[in-house]
Amino acid sequence: MRFDSLLDSVGGTPLVGLPKLSPSGDVRLWAKLEDHNPTGSIKDRAALRMLLDAEKDGRLRPGNTILEPTSGNTGISLAMAAKLRGYRMVCVMPENTSEERRQILRMWGAEIISSPAAGGSNEAVRVAKQVAEDHPDWVMLYQYGNPSNALAHYDGTAREILDDLPSVTHFVAGLGTTGTLMGAGRFFREHKPDVKIVAAEPRYGELVYGLRNLDEGFVPELYDATLIDARFSVGPRDAVRRVRELLDNEGIFAGISTGAILHAALGQAAKCVREGETADIAFVVADGGWKYLSTGAYEGTIDEAEDRLDGQLWA
Amino acid sequence: MAIELRVPTILRTYTGGAKAVNGDGATLAEFIDNVNGAHPGLKERIVEGEPEELRRFVNVYVNDEDVRFTGGLKTGIKDGDVVVVLPAVAGG
Repeated sequence: MRFDSLLDSVGGTPLVGLPKLSPSGDVRLWAKLEDHNPTGSIKDRAALRMLLDAEKDGRLRPGNTILEPTSGNTGISLAMAAKLRGYRMVCVMPENTSEERRQILRMWGAEIISSPAAGGSNEAVRVAKQVAEDHPDWVMLYQYGNPSNALAHYDGTAREILDDLPSVTHFVAGLGTTGTLMGAGRFFREHKPDVKIVAAEPRYGELVYGLRNLDEGFVPELYDATLIDARFSVGPRDAVRRVRELLDNEGIFAGISTGAILHAALGQAAKCVREGETADIAFVVADGGWKYLSTGAYEGTIDEAEDRLDGQLWA
Repeated sequence: MAIELRVPTILRTYTGGAKAVNGDGATLAEFIDNVNGAHPGLKERIVEGEPEELRRFVNVYVNDEDVRFTGGLKTGIKDGDVVVVLPAVAGG
């Protein structure tokens, strides 16, 4: 495959079968390898689409500064795209994210403003909104509320899966900004409405949920519950166990959030087997494991890995 | 056996600091009423309005599945189930 530039190569990722983890010939699992994108994560799709759409509608002009709250991957993707398109990039990121993510962001030229660990990404969003008020000339693409984020998956991720796997019955992805699930959900509702949309949501340690009032929670503006059919909360123990199974059985080295997604996909697969259904379950491998090596998720016992992940934003 | 409620940090003032408390009920609504009997005030932090529904920024999971997709407060529960209450947080 040949492309005019790195940015032109975003998307078009492989969909690979999982012959060992699929429970039977009738219930099959398929992994959409989003780590094959230029910066190694699914966020390249959303970042590029948000940036190009903002250029098109004139919100973003040469020399502008882009600001974004991110737990890592979106910032990395935006930093890469910003560098190639000539923008300055500022990320607001919770301090309890892995060191690799910070190094990679700096490598692509991004500046980092740290937000407090307690409260996780909610705090990063709050801080970024404050910074945006102080710098009205900066452009916040705001992945949590930007329709271009979901459109990237409507036109890309979901369409590619349906093209490669017309028999798809389930789509399973992680729930963060909700962009992947909203875009893919809308695509399948319109093009193959019997496809079930399943969300896997990471469940962090207590620190991440903060100590403030319950009414200060955060639901991304993009989120529309009618576009998904089931939503599972997956803790670090199951995520680590599954991410190791994926490596041991299928040779795929994925990030920890993918373990959570696989956990939901395998749960769905087991349910299909129990009910005697035929199923082709496509799930998202959101990124590779490289950025999470320092979290200790891939070494020692599951108990040790679980302890090490407590308090970290591992997805 | 009983049904276990995992209490988020911010609601532990209602449970004397306990991270988990037990209760009974055939539905989530009954279970929350039952737990509220022993820990008054807990319910109104989770549920609001008439008819009652979950508060906007509160997520409730029975055995890790979000109850908003399984019948909400009418979700059936049984002995041995685990109910988790969490504030909604962002990802990305």
